[in-house]
Amino acid sequence: MKQSHVFRSGLLGLSFILLVVALYLIFIYVPTEKTMGIVQRIFYFHVPVAWVAFLAFFIVFLGSILYLWKRQSKWDVIASSSAEVGIVFTTLVLITGSIWAKPIWGVWWTWDARLTTSLVLWLIYVAYLIVRSYATEEQRGARFAAIVGIVGFIDVPIVALAITLWRTQHPGPVIFQGGLAPPMLLTLLVCLAAFTTLYCLLLIQRVSMKNDEGEIKRLKELCSWGCD
Amino acid sequence: MENAGYLFATFTIIWALVFGYVLLLSNRQRRLRREIDSLKETFKGRGIEQ
Repeated sequence: MKQSHVFRSGLLGLSFILLVVALYLIFIYVPTEKTMGIVQRIFYFHVPVAWVAFLAFFIVFLGSILYLWKRQSKWDVIASSSAEVGIVFTTLVLITGSIWAKPIWGVWWTWDARLTTSLVLWLIYVAYLIVRSYATEEQRGARFAAIVGIVGFIDVPIVALAITLWRTQHPGPVIFQGGLAPPMLLTLLVCLAAFTTLYCLLLIQRVSMKNDEGEIKRLKELCSWGCD
Repeated sequence: MENAGYLFATFTIIWALVFGYVLLLSNRQRRLRREIDSLKETFKGRGIEQ
């Protein structure tokens, strides 16, 4: 059995265990928050998926810099794979945030600084993928996308700091100000670990697929020379 | 148990999206692997070095 396959299976197992533990903590272990009630439990998924989205776009940022610097396609493969996974998680952030907002704020959506910058973040990375797919030449598309990946990352600290820079409806930074009771913090940390593991798994899977696509391309080019 | 519906909706959407994406990736990867195998078989049959 290949070493990478063993590693991927291990990561899959770890991810599954962590997600099951996270579900137990969210629904059974953690106490219900006084003000918001049961709906506050959305927090244990909303925050980790947001963290994973930021992590994914940081990997895009790093991969893009390394691609432009070294011109090695592996960095572009990692960056574009991470962008796709990041978009999935940003979509989840927007959906879970919207569902949480309805019972608490009374609206599904408001043009608040945190929400608007998050939507802009989603649009930036959708543009990143569009730039790649519309480029006539593959390497040119990768270069343009790398620039979008680097410039677009500017929005990540803006999203993170939006709650302190502007007056928003979104709750303040409770985690870093010690506003969470120990059981709540433990549940959040387990959820963070579970979703980070899931992200690693999805990234490895997507990179492996891109490598397979590259292999097919190489074999087809070889075929055009060698077949018939 | 007020607002439990919102919590249920959130969890359903999260898992539907995550599993949907995982399923999509698995299917695509399986298709790619099949294509690679088929191309390699073609090369083998024609005695072409890869």
